[in-house]
Amino acid sequence: MTLEVAGFWAFAIVLVGAALAVVLSKNLFHSVLWLALALTGTAGVFLLLNAEFLAAVQILLYAGGVVTVVVFAIVVTERLIGATLSQTNRHVVRGAVAPAIVLTLVISWIRRSPDVVKPVLMDGDLTRTIGVAVLTQYTLAFELLAVLLLVSLVGASYFARPEE
Amino acid sequence: MGLHAYLILAAVVFAIGMFGVITRRNTIGILLGIELMLNAVNINLVAFSRFNGNAAGMVLTVFAIVITVAEVALGLALVILLFRTRRTAIADQIDWLKG
Repeated sequence: MTLEVAGFWAFAIVLVGAALAVVLSKNLFHSVLWLALALTGTAGVFLLLNAEFLAAVQILLYAGGVVTVVVFAIVVTERLIGATLSQTNRHVVRGAVAPAIVLTLVISWIRRSPDVVKPVLMDGDLTRTIGVAVLTQYTLAFELLAVLLLVSLVGASYFARPEE
Repeated sequence: MGLHAYLILAAVVFAIGMFGVITRRNTIGILLGIELMLNAVNINLVAFSRFNGNAAGMVLTVFAIVITVAEVALGLALVILLFRTRRTAIADQIDWLKG
């Protein structure tokens, strides 16, 4: 067993286990912490795929940013409601049907195509390649993204403004 | 590991996230499920990018991550607003548009 295979299974088990804990945990706060673990596991998968830059972005933005914001939201809403939030799942068996169908269909579809075993090596520094692509080929999308971030920032502060 | 292994891993995570979105009653819990689904898509993008030798997938992943962050900020602001006006986090009780 090579290091890559061992690493893949380790990260896959962490990722799937943490994802299950996110959707099944009774305590909402624990759910968020499991989500942080799942996102870190994804960063590990990115590392296995030689995408170091994306792994760093994943940890900084997702595991750092998103989790912090969600924790903030939980704390604020618990203060507003004055009780600890607990959460339950409903229709667990019926709710599992649709994901199971999707999963079976996707896996059978994947199995029909031939597997690609060898990754294609990209020459040069990947981070540099991404940076050049963002500022040449995808400039319009990049600028639109900046507008989107601004709009969502203004919108979020408008929605969450203090009560008059 | 081949491409299939990564794709199947992403499909499993996507299905788990979908299960969460369907079964959770709390709005923040639903948002966490959406996070998992988006995350699975990112794994797919990076795997395809890697096994095709094309950096476009990684650029798309960066864009997807930024869009997710914007979505979370806005979604949580809406949740806080709902809490203020309705004092509830249960998605079933948010039925203002019901005729």
